[in-house]
Amino acid sequence: MADLSINFAGIKAPNPFWLASAPPTDKAYNVVRAYEAGWGGVVWKTLGEDPAAVNVSSRYSAIYGKNKEVLGFNNIELITDRSLEINLREIEQVKKDWPDRALVVSLMVPCEEESWKYILPLVEATGADGIELNFGCPHGMPERGMGAAVGQVPEYVEMVTRWCKTYSKMPVIVKLTPNITDIRGPARAAYNGGADAVSLINTINSITSIDLDQMVARPIVGGRSTHGGYCGPAVKPIAMNMVAEIARDPATAGIPISGIGGIGSWRDAAEFIALGASSVQVCTAAMLYGFRIVEEMKDGLSRWMDEKGYNSIADFSGKAIPNTTDWKYLDMNYKVIAQIDQDKCIGCGRCYIACEDTSHQSIANLLQDNGTHKYEVKEEECVGCNLCQITCPVTDCITMVPQDTGEPYMNWTQDPRNPFREAS
Amino acid sequence: MIKSLSHLPTAEASQDALAGQFTDLHPPLNQRQAEIESARCLYCYDAPCVNACPSDINIPRFIRNIAQDNINGAAQTILESNILGGSCARVCPTEVLCEQACVRNHSDECEPVKIGLLQRYATDNMQFSSHPFKRAAATGKTIAVVGAGPAGLSCAHRLAMLGNQVVIFEAQSKPGGLNEYGIAKYKMTDNFAQKEVEFLLQIGGIELRYGLALGHNLSLQELQKDYDAVFLGIGLGASRQLGLTGEDAPGLMAAVDYIKELRQADDLTTLPVAKRAVVIGAGNTAIDMAVQMARLGADQVTLVYRRGTESMSATEHEQDIAKANQVKIVTWAQPKEVLLDDSGKVSAMRFEKTVLDASGKLTGTGELLDIPADGVFKAIGQTFDESSLNDVNLGRDGDRIRIDDGFRTSLSGVYAGGDCVAPGEDLTVQAVQHGKLAAMSIHQDLMTNVEAA
Repeated sequence: MADLSINFAGIKAPNPFWLASAPPTDKAYNVVRAYEAGWGGVVWKTLGEDPAAVNVSSRYSAIYGKNKEVLGFNNIELITDRSLEINLREIEQVKKDWPDRALVVSLMVPCEEESWKYILPLVEATGADGIELNFGCPHGMPERGMGAAVGQVPEYVEMVTRWCKTYSKMPVIVKLTPNITDIRGPARAAYNGGADAVSLINTINSITSIDLDQMVARPIVGGRSTHGGYCGPAVKPIAMNMVAEIARDPATAGIPISGIGGIGSWRDAAEFIALGASSVQVCTAAMLYGFRIVEEMKDGLSRWMDEKGYNSIADFSGKAIPNTTDWKYLDMNYKVIAQIDQDKCIGCGRCYIACEDTSHQSIANLLQDNGTHKYEVKEEECVGCNLCQITCPVTDCITMVPQDTGEPYMNWTQDPRNPFREAS
Repeated sequence: MIKSLSHLPTAEASQDALAGQFTDLHPPLNQRQAEIESARCLYCYDAPCVNACPSDINIPRFIRNIAQDNINGAAQTILESNILGGSCARVCPTEVLCEQACVRNHSDECEPVKIGLLQRYATDNMQFSSHPFKRAAATGKTIAVVGAGPAGLSCAHRLAMLGNQVVIFEAQSKPGGLNEYGIAKYKMTDNFAQKEVEFLLQIGGIELRYGLALGHNLSLQELQKDYDAVFLGIGLGASRQLGLTGEDAPGLMAAVDYIKELRQADDLTTLPVAKRAVVIGAGNTAIDMAVQMARLGADQVTLVYRRGTESMSATEHEQDIAKANQVKIVTWAQPKEVLLDDSGKVSAMRFEKTVLDASGKLTGTGELLDIPADGVFKAIGQTFDESSLNDVNLGRDGDRIRIDDGFRTSLSGVYAGGDCVAPGEDLTVQAVQHGKLAAMSIHQDLMTNVEAA
């Protein structure tokens, strides 16, 4: 069996699956249940200065798929609403009871050196493995000058990171907000401030839905609402791009990345790891199905690694990065053409209408004698856009078949059609 | 009530117990089920289900409306193609129409989308503050519609919608036709046929007159004279005969006549029950008869058909319903003789075994099969009631009225549709389609004549 254990910026864990700083890691009761269920680590829900934050009633909302599965999840909960002392005592006890599991403490205090200088030794004294700086919380806390209000200003990120490295020996993970134009800015700032690792993404500013009777967004608090932080499967593509951007950036090359955003299966985790993450954090999936999901994640990842011959997470971490490039380096001579497996086709016609209305009119709609339709790709028209394959409801019915063009690799910088091509 | 069965005992079970036997055969979907089922629709383009629907309902559209919680939108999509969409949702043999064509009726897809039940969900749960269809400007034309069955009602509604006045002449005392009188009770519960007619009449401009039967107290010639056009939706009013001696003996009757009594009975315990019942036939009426008799408390119900099950017009689904109700299906046996007891009442039915000869023709083998019976119900098909058109000479194809592709009969200004016309397939949904298309044809002809004048 593959070895799932990791050493993430000096923090050891039996597997790469951590629970992200959020309601599931709010107190000892939940964290112990998570460890019992098999999670490799947790990031304890963000601690702040006393007095503790106060939360409102009605905190979450979601968008759904056709079968009422949650596609995207939104919350307006603040950081812990329990006192610092209670949290610190629980952290200390839990770490003592579960020495082999990673226990990272998320922190958010005002952007003042004294505040950090005060809290860091208290956390370190608990025996926690590391800290994660919450520079990402997009709702409520930024109004008070914390969370995303810090994460959106690279200078602040660098400054606070440096304070943490100055006043603590613990590994420092900087959690990044996606609510920014270029994720590489704050990542570089964290790196320059001495961060041991970054984690991303925090949640995205969002309004998930509107109650059209009351004319108010959800979640509703006394007839009003506010934007929340968006997470769940819908944000995974955004998170993966940001992870890849940092992993590809020479300025931050090699910084450990903890991937966060819509991870709910072993495959999601493997994808983040392939893009350079070396641990992953999960929240929404656990909130929807409970901690037990980690078993399938561990089992699936481990079997897949065995199948591929990867002995450790490090064996495949970042393997997809070299293949993630800029558009201009894609091969202009590469060509795929859609192929419809007529034995699998159920005749729904969606490939036809999608291509006919919105793409390249490359699928022929042939009426059969028995009144059904047969759909055939017009190969000379097909540009290989994948749309028919995407809309087809049947698995593997439409495949995109690479064509042998006989042409060598040629990217846009070399393409004679590019007026700004590089001189050969 | 049923004279020929007056010697038989009535149903033994209590009124409540019997009522329980005649509740919805297929219970309606609840909201959650409708959500799940509507999400299964793949929203096909040029969808096979629509092509398979005799009334051209835009099925993907109405299902997508359900999935988007737009129930009125779904209902209107259905009703604009089929104003009797509620009863069709209940009685259509969807397993050989839309659901057979459904792309998910494919082994890899588990099962077809439950289109019939979704259609019922939409039409049962629609909530319109006023009738969803508006009438066009008045044309000044008045059309006589004969028969308040699915074809006539559909025709009347569409004519009214197009701005015409309509008078419907109905032989019975209630509208609905076979929906009211001819379909198994468990397929059309809660007085649905009447509720649907009430809804349909909300469009306005339709007058209903009852107790008027063509050829008896209603004359086609008079109608032709008094109205701008006439639509005949008179169905097939006569039951086919076995042509055997003893056909009129007590204990033998047409299944449709029994079903009609059953459908109109307020108290099912008053119905005569043939403890040993034989049903002759292979269509849905035969199944409806056999199953209902079983549910009333018969000990033994045997359905006999002269050919094999594969030739039965009742669908496999219908045959399964019969089997689930302990109806024994005997095939390859044709009626030979009605056996009577000393008092002249039916005691058994004698059949002769059949085979296909070398030329593929059905022939008797000479081997006989007697099935003891207290009641024998013939469901061997309906035919044209010859008395209804005795005062005119209407072109016919066999026992049905001949029409052209505009539903015009051989008589000027007289149109026909539904079961009584040659292309009829004895399907409610097709009758509705005929009525709708005939209405458009009538309207177009009348308007063309106005322009020409």
